[in-house]
Amino acid sequence: MLLNQFLLLGAFLFATGVYGVMARRNSVLVLMSVELMLAAVNINLVAFAAYQNNVAGQVFALFVLTIAAAEVGVGLAIVLLIYRNLRSSDLDDVDVLKG
Amino acid sequence: MIAQNVAFGILAAAMVVAALGVVRTNNVVHAALYLVVVLAGGAAQFILLGQEFVAWVQVLVYIGAVIVLFLFGIMLTRAPMHPDESLDNDLKWPAAVTALFLAGVLGSLLIDAFHRTKIDIRQPIRTAAVTNAVFRTYIIPFEVVGVLLLAALVGAVVLARKD
Amino acid sequence: MFFLDHAWLVPLIPAVSFVAILFFGKRLPRNGAELGVVSVGASFVLSCGALIGWVQRVNDAKPAGSALGGMVHAFGQSVGRLGAEGHVAAVSPVVHHLTWWRSGGIEFGAGTQIDGLAVMMMFVVTLISFLVHVYSTEYMHGDRRFTYFFAALSLFTASMLLLVVADNTLQLLVGWELVGLCSFMLIGHWWEEKPNSDAALKAFLTTRTGDVGLTIGVIMTFFLVQRATGSGSFNILAVNSAALSGHVGHSFVFWCALALFIGIIGKSGQFPLHTWLPDAMAGPTPVSALIHAATMVVAGVYLGARLFPVFWTGFNIHDGGVNPMALIGGITIIIGAALAFVQDDIKKVLAYSTISQLGYMVMGLGVGAWTAAVFHLFTHAFFKANLFLGAGSVSHSGAHHSFDMKKDMGGLRKYMPITFATFLIGSLALAGIFPLAGFWSKDEILVTANAANYKFFFYVGLVGAFMTAAYMTRCIYLTFFGEYRGGHAHAAPELDGTAHGAVEDVADAHLAEVAEAAHGHHDEPHESNGLITVPLIVLTVFSVLAGFINAAPFHIEKFRDWFEPRVAFPVSTIVHPAFSWPKAIISVAIALAGFAVAYAYYWLGLGPQRLAERNPLARAGKMFLVKKYYLDDLYEKVIVAGIKGPIANAVYWVNQHIIDNVLNYTGRGAKALGEMTYEYIDQGVIDGAVNGLAAGTGEAGGAARQLQTGRLQFYALLLVLAVGLFSLALWIAS
Repeated sequence: MLLNQFLLLGAFLFATGVYGVMARRNSVLVLMSVELMLAAVNINLVAFAAYQNNVAGQVFALFVLTIAAAEVGVGLAIVLLIYRNLRSSDLDDVDVLKG
Repeated sequence: MIAQNVAFGILAAAMVVAALGVVRTNNVVHAALYLVVVLAGGAAQFILLGQEFVAWVQVLVYIGAVIVLFLFGIMLTRAPMHPDESLDNDLKWPAAVTALFLAGVLGSLLIDAFHRTKIDIRQPIRTAAVTNAVFRTYIIPFEVVGVLLLAALVGAVVLARKD
Repeated sequence: MFFLDHAWLVPLIPAVSFVAILFFGKRLPRNGAELGVVSVGASFVLSCGALIGWVQRVNDAKPAGSALGGMVHAFGQSVGRLGAEGHVAAVSPVVHHLTWWRSGGIEFGAGTQIDGLAVMMMFVVTLISFLVHVYSTEYMHGDRRFTYFFAALSLFTASMLLLVVADNTLQLLVGWELVGLCSFMLIGHWWEEKPNSDAALKAFLTTRTGDVGLTIGVIMTFFLVQRATGSGSFNILAVNSAALSGHVGHSFVFWCALALFIGIIGKSGQFPLHTWLPDAMAGPTPVSALIHAATMVVAGVYLGARLFPVFWTGFNIHDGGVNPMALIGGITIIIGAALAFVQDDIKKVLAYSTISQLGYMVMGLGVGAWTAAVFHLFTHAFFKANLFLGAGSVSHSGAHHSFDMKKDMGGLRKYMPITFATFLIGSLALAGIFPLAGFWSKDEILVTANAANYKFFFYVGLVGAFMTAAYMTRCIYLTFFGEYRGGHAHAAPELDGTAHGAVEDVADAHLAEVAEAAHGHHDEPHESNGLITVPLIVLTVFSVLAGFINAAPFHIEKFRDWFEPRVAFPVSTIVHPAFSWPKAIISVAIALAGFAVAYAYYWLGLGPQRLAERNPLARAGKMFLVKKYYLDDLYEKVIVAGIKGPIANAVYWVNQHIIDNVLNYTGRGAKALGEMTYEYIDQGVIDGAVNGLAAGTGEAGGAARQLQTGRLQFYALLLVLAVGLFSLALWIAS
């Protein structure tokens, strides 16, 4: 197996996730796209771990998983809060930063 | 080797289709289910790479917990469950161009850097080796991550509760 | 020696106490004040131990024979003592250093460098701070943020001590900035009133202007060491020896010195950045005492003393004549003293007096009188703290928390004998009357200036002495003599802010409120209680006696022996002229003349009274002083507006010239060519310019506004695009 096949898969998933973060209106969908990006990163980490025959990559993939879980928890809490305040989970309605 | 490559090809194709599904579907629940496919495919790739512990953690944590969380989030925010045209915003095309550009840059970089590098898997990495690394070499990051999780938990509760 | 080796405890204890007061202060029986007092007291005991340890170390040092030339050629690398035989013994400072991390061969760390200067500063800072803490327990009694006040006071002390013990310039910078932060917190203690928070901001921002200089100076001195030895360092000893090594081009050292000196100007209230100091009076009085006597402002002078070789080499101090340091110091003496004459607010008189005295110290350093300048810092701390706390006592118990001498004071000597006596002695010490503390140090600066070929600054110092005596006489007259003007007419005058223009009236109004509620009686001026008078008496004793530590005519030169690092200097670096009775008599006589003139004017009513009301020229002069030389106006209206203006104008210009000219005038210009009437061009150009100005601004804003959609996803898109482009660029570049 080539290292690159995994890395390219990861790159593709990452770019897809980036697209989703930018193009989706629903905030839950945006969070899912972020998960997609994190999953892509994990594939990279594990692929390098296998390539280097080193356990560190796997350990860091575990850390990424943990932090992804934390991020989803906090992220969904924020989404709920936005929903409660604006009666909408549409990110286009959240534009208080408008200059 | 050929079997592995074939397996990779099938998994990768499924993951690509599912990933596009996550970002293109017009049904929020479907998006979550597509995400399950991507993550499960990822776990299968990990097994293919001989890293079984992280694969099962991915199944348990992601598919078992995170997706359920997402479904709860969908329900609680009354996200549109039926096919709905309004799930994309008007940045769709600029976003597509930007994402393609990013994919192009990343892909060409990777091809340039690793075009002949092979992965040689002699044996799967044992869970014992992973736990040794976590509880010896990386014990402090591990503890820190534990504290982070706790903080995130408390933070999520504080944010989400109704006062 | 335990105390010298463990000097890190001295800043640590107040720092810990800061945290403890913040978290637990409110639960303690005395709201955290006891923690502050005890911790600073402990620091004071440790500092005394360090002082004694250092003196022993100096006394135990073996005279190194006559091998002066063989001494380590570095300021502070060894500290000398003139033995009985005239030989100099080397006493090296006690240095302890911890490396925090190393990066690219540069070491970052923290440490203590304990030598005479550090020991002296530790003693002064902890002593004054301790007394201020004790005093504050009474003065701030019942304040709404009492606990917070003591926490900030502890942190203030800790930061100053951190700065004092620093063995490297980075640590010094950290302490320096922390001191600035704490002064901001304390000056704005009663931040609910706009003038107070404005004053705090002004102090913070003005000193920050100077800190830019210091930061640049710290970076430059790093490279100064690199140029001298090959590898850069922030270590103070290394910086000093590099400055003296002569391996570095003079202009580089000059710029180092100038950058550092800008830091001193900002922090020590030197002209032209002195304007924040009087406004800093908006803080509670104990804070003013601490800022003006032991911390904050003397940090600048301390820096000058610490890195003296950089200034010595950079400014060619040994050459005599004029250098920036002596010049700025000299100017500050005179302008500070002149401003003190027109203030009605007792604390502002003292504030300008501090500016003037700091001018003496900076000028002392500038003329090479290292020992004299540091000695003046030492003595000044005592009598200035004495005067400030005295002013606080007057206001607290005699003037209904007002600081206005003309409205709310007068005749207080009958009511407040202890405060009066201590204030009088403090004033005499400040004016430099023999044999009080101020006399010895000021005289030493003047004599050295004279001997070191800085004749001009000798006369500047004499004029300053005359003015000092006169304005202090005015201050005492207005406060303690004449008829009591506070009276029953204003039962609680502070409560209506409109009656008083001064910032402090508003500031201390809370205290008044609280005090009225607490004591229930405030109609009669009375002496303050023991918590206030005992610190005053202690400071008065020091104001009287501190000078004798270096009384040259009595052959006591302990200050010089103990605290001066002089081995390393080329022979003439610190000038030590013999004590001169005629010059001492002249300076005392001049101070007495100042007293006499002011006495004649205020008591006897001699001289042109109310001149300013009759003579337009005098009125203009007074106005010039009241407006503080219009420096504040200069800063706010000219500089701040000037910086804001050009940016707006630049946008106009770009729009008008590029957008309007290119787009509009190409179209409009064709039409204009056809018509070709002179009036049209006239109108077109002028109208176009005026309209274009307005429209162009709107367009520029509108164009910039387009980017600020407020949509996070658009920002994310820009971010990703930028990252992609950046990686592409990096890839291509590699």
